[in-house]
Amino acid sequence: MQENKEQPSGPGPSERLAEYIDLWWRFLASVKLSVVLLLCLAALSIIGTVVPQNLAGQEYARIYGPFWATLVLVLDLDGMYQSWWFRALLLLLVINIVICSVDRLQSTWKTIFVRHPKFDLNGFRNRRQRHEMDLKVGPAALQAPFERAVGKSFRYRKVVPTENGYAITAEKGRWTRLGVYAVHLSVVVMLLGGLIGSRFGFEGFVAVPEGESADTIQLHGSGQRMRLPFTIRCDAFTVEFYEGTRRPKVYRSRLTIIEGGQEVVQREIEVNQPLYHQRIGIFQSSYGRADGRAPAAAAPREAPDEVTVTLRSAASGMVYTRTVAMGQAIEIPENLGWLVLERFEADADFQGMDLGPAFIGTLTTAEGTSRTVTLPLDYPRFDAMRRGDVVIGVVDGAAGDAAPAERYYTGLQITYDPGVPVVYTGFTLMIIGCWVAFFMSHQRLVVEVTARGDGSRVMVAGTANKNKTGMQVVVERMTEKLTALAEDRQGRS
Amino acid sequence: MAYNSLILSITTFIYGLAGVLYIFAWIFEKPTAGRLATRVTVLAVVANTFGILLRWYESHQLHTGYGYAPLSNLYESLVFFGWTIGVIYLWVEYRYRNKTIGAFAVPLAFLTMAYASLSPDKSIQPLIPALQSNWLIAHVITCFLGYAAFAVAFAVSVMYLIKAGDEKRAAANGGLRMPSALVLDDITHKLVMFGFLFLTVGIITGAVWAKQAWTRYWSWDPKETWSLITWFIYAALLHFRLMRGWRGKRIAVLSIIGFAAVLFTYFGVNFLLSGLHSYA
Repeated sequence: MQENKEQPSGPGPSERLAEYIDLWWRFLASVKLSVVLLLCLAALSIIGTVVPQNLAGQEYARIYGPFWATLVLVLDLDGMYQSWWFRALLLLLVINIVICSVDRLQSTWKTIFVRHPKFDLNGFRNRRQRHEMDLKVGPAALQAPFERAVGKSFRYRKVVPTENGYAITAEKGRWTRLGVYAVHLSVVVMLLGGLIGSRFGFEGFVAVPEGESADTIQLHGSGQRMRLPFTIRCDAFTVEFYEGTRRPKVYRSRLTIIEGGQEVVQREIEVNQPLYHQRIGIFQSSYGRADGRAPAAAAPREAPDEVTVTLRSAASGMVYTRTVAMGQAIEIPENLGWLVLERFEADADFQGMDLGPAFIGTLTTAEGTSRTVTLPLDYPRFDAMRRGDVVIGVVDGAAGDAAPAERYYTGLQITYDPGVPVVYTGFTLMIIGCWVAFFMSHQRLVVEVTARGDGSRVMVAGTANKNKTGMQVVVERMTEKLTALAEDRQGRS
Repeated sequence: MAYNSLILSITTFIYGLAGVLYIFAWIFEKPTAGRLATRVTVLAVVANTFGILLRWYESHQLHTGYGYAPLSNLYESLVFFGWTIGVIYLWVEYRYRNKTIGAFAVPLAFLTMAYASLSPDKSIQPLIPALQSNWLIAHVITCFLGYAAFAVAFAVSVMYLIKAGDEKRAAANGGLRMPSALVLDDITHKLVMFGFLFLTVGIITGAVWAKQAWTRYWSWDPKETWSLITWFIYAALLHFRLMRGWRGKRIAVLSIIGFAAVLFTYFGVNFLLSGLHSYA
């Protein structure tokens, strides 16, 4: 009634502000927001896996036509994971995580950081899943062995006197309530590490011919050149193949790092075994012939007489293998048309991309439309990009001659990412946090012993904040253990 | 055909037989068939284990430098996926003393192995340089433990949606009636937690490995992105429980959607999208 009287004047501006802030706080702390954000991120992330990323503007016009290409560029779909709106969503998620955690920690904090936690004895006495038994030994004789038994599996314990006896209160894993906050914090830490990397790190490429040195790399993205604080010399590059196959076994560069005219490091690097110098990583990434031609593996350089072709039907997922001679038409099963291999190129080029040795063929559908397909030997899945009804791969040309001994260059990726230690800290925190949050719980146990005639009545009950069935088992085991202890004592007296 | 693929083909049929027995035991409530089904599943898992170990051994016999843990292409990963589904299912059956889940979960192991059997090329191919890393083993094992837990969670969620319709039926007996909707919900939750932990570790080991082999821990490659999409979906599922009245049906539906994302991450990305992660 009184509230009604006050209403005409309305809440003051400061109250209204407080109300406003409270409303926002509750919105930003809500689990509903987390769920909506997670599902939005899941759904929107799909776009970048379907729309090719980081192509030149005119490429999108070629793929999607002018209208859709404009839309792609306006909405930043060509680099959507770096776009302002995707980052805004991530920022909102971070705000949500932080505020939600702060909001909940306020109450959790009081539970976790207390010297003597409170046990609501009546609550335990009234639990449905409690165990009770009558023992023939008096409460006093049971106290020491019971305390020891409880202490073996519960770190904290305290004996509380009751009207007609005492209660052993015990608990463990109070700190495990922090697990979920560790997970939430880890997400923030990882994103922070990513941010540090993108702000202060760099990534680039340099090709160093055997016997030569380089100290300038070309940065990804901007294409600018950047000088390194040291010089890299490539002493040798080798590529090895598995016995009797064209399958590469190892790409290896022997490198020397030179600083101020001094050779400071000499080491071999391979794929998966980079070299770090001054926290700058040097990675084996590609290789090629130093005379400027395409990468030369032991690929056939002349058109082979026969080729093995795999045909995978997109509809059924079946893979058909056919051996075909150049110029001969083969029918593709499932009525998917015809394929003719027209020619072989030692150095195929696809829209400016260097593909190495490839077959060029014509695919004619059952309806009679034809198109050219490029089938590079080094990229057997290349044709999948066409998204046709059939994916064509060239398994193996006729065995080619091994590459003649020629001078190679080694292609090196050079990266510096100061955010990595931060990100890895986030990784560790997330794994430990998930483990604690999912599989560990805060368990509390009460063993109450009450005098009853010459003997005593014992009640065992427990609670846990997670995995309640697991706690039931703990209570049952404890009951069995205590009963055995009491019987043991009884037998001795 | 090498001995390992022969044994793995036989394993497929054993899983199939186990699945049929589970379905039979559930529909006709025959405890004998149920007990037999469990034994046959154990046999299938043993055969599956043996097939994987034999393939490992045979890879070392071919040529020097060929040997590797058989986890490196679609065929080998499917075989391992079948194994993880079998093991996780047996654990669930042991833990919850209920055999009806087998009628839904074991057929998934059978389908996985059957699909593996259709692979055109089962020959042992030595590892290309990018795959020569101990991270391969950690990455594949953790990812597939995660996937398999999600697969069994999917089976349990389907059961939940069936069960939620006729909750009025009699209570469980002899482990041959479906568990109550409440228990099914609990099993789904436990499996999703287990799967989520392993998917997380799988993504993280993949990232650490990518840093070593591809220079960056994250490149928004389609495979990476889809694994993250899957992670987002299950993360949302784990938060559903915290909202009032969002247990049960919505969780079951999201668990089914999550498993669809797992399947797309595993197969769809390879068949429909192009990227760095072209092995499996």
